[in-house]
Amino acid sequence: MRTYHQLTDPDRSGLAAQIGAQRQRVAERLAGVGGILAVMSGKGGVGKSYVTANLGRALARSGKAVGVLDADLNGPTIPGLLGLSGSRLTAHGAAVEPALGADGVRCVSMAHFLDDGAPLAFTGPTAESFVWRGAMEASALREFLGDVEWGRLDLLLLDLPPGMQRYIELCDILGKPPAVLTVTIPTPESRDAVRRAMRAAVDHGSELLGIVENMVGGELKGSAAADLALEFRTPVLARIPWHPSPDVWSELASRLPEARGPRPQAP
Amino acid sequence: MKFLCVECDQQMAFAERQLPGDGTLAATFKCPKCGRVVAMLTNPMETQLVSSLGVEIGGRTVPAEAFEMVRANVMTAGRRDGLTAGPTWSADAQERLGRVPSFVRGMVKKIYADYARERGIAEITPAIMDTARTELGLEGM
Repeated sequence: MRTYHQLTDPDRSGLAAQIGAQRQRVAERLAGVGGILAVMSGKGGVGKSYVTANLGRALARSGKAVGVLDADLNGPTIPGLLGLSGSRLTAHGAAVEPALGADGVRCVSMAHFLDDGAPLAFTGPTAESFVWRGAMEASALREFLGDVEWGRLDLLLLDLPPGMQRYIELCDILGKPPAVLTVTIPTPESRDAVRRAMRAAVDHGSELLGIVENMVGGELKGSAAADLALEFRTPVLARIPWHPSPDVWSELASRLPEARGPRPQAP
Repeated sequence: MKFLCVECDQQMAFAERQLPGDGTLAATFKCPKCGRVVAMLTNPMETQLVSSLGVEIGGRTVPAEAFEMVRANVMTAGRRDGLTAGPTWSADAQERLGRVPSFVRGMVKKIYADYARERGIAEITPAIMDTARTELGLEGM
């Protein structure tokens, strides 16, 4: 009996071609985006979204065209931080226009689709939903990247949830690892969790643009940012106090190196 | 995925796809030589797994819509959908919008889009932009 590759007629479903078309769509849609920067951390609760939103606003105030994609599909908070609570997106044919938030930052989030307090849930069989749920979330992320008409952007910030899964999905969808900005708090526990994430980012080939240490100056003791900076030879771009002034964010924005891509790779 | 008619040693051709509505999927394949037909039946979990990839068994017959998977599968409770329909932009209007300084372009675009939406205008053209500019007092935009 012949095997798959010995059957030369094309697969009518063309699944490989359909996947290729999806990747092409992402590449075309992001062609006008100057740089993509993933804001990530191996630890939850360190203020990634808070840093992302305020960095985006500071960059916008400095004249940059900035978008924020809220890739935390299960705990989306970016619209609230950009003054867009309760907002919806607008579809123009096959493209979706991002919402316009504070200081002109463009935003797309799963929060646009969810009621207040409602968890992200998918239709479908409830038994063994773990089999397909991860793929659904990756597919949603792909649609957020491939169906949104961001327009010309100097920088697209991607607010990632804790852990590494979404980052790895992102690498697959973009076809190339994005530059990474890491957020930590001062504690050794945070340092150890963030180290794993930074190691994974390095292993995947991401450029580490720097570290932001958040919640500095209070009860949280430690030197996580300094330790990680030394270990990964990347700069500490900012130490954010508990009640930062706008100047703190402007300073961070001015110290942010140019995120050099990636431009998503066409298949 | 391909199907082989072992008896004829012939690759079977996709014939038909059915979605009964109970979460299952049926796809039939026919041997071009002997005419034998087989059906591939998937259970709801298998169907969902394929759906989650954003692909269609049997091939895509119409282009994918924006946020197709999210709109079809995310439970939005009382909030029917996170999307509202907006006007499209003609090529000329897009080109003109592109000449607006980038730091205000988003705001200007929104103003024109809101203007068109409120009046039920499906496509924004340079003529619509001129009218809006006059009516809204947006000289220079």
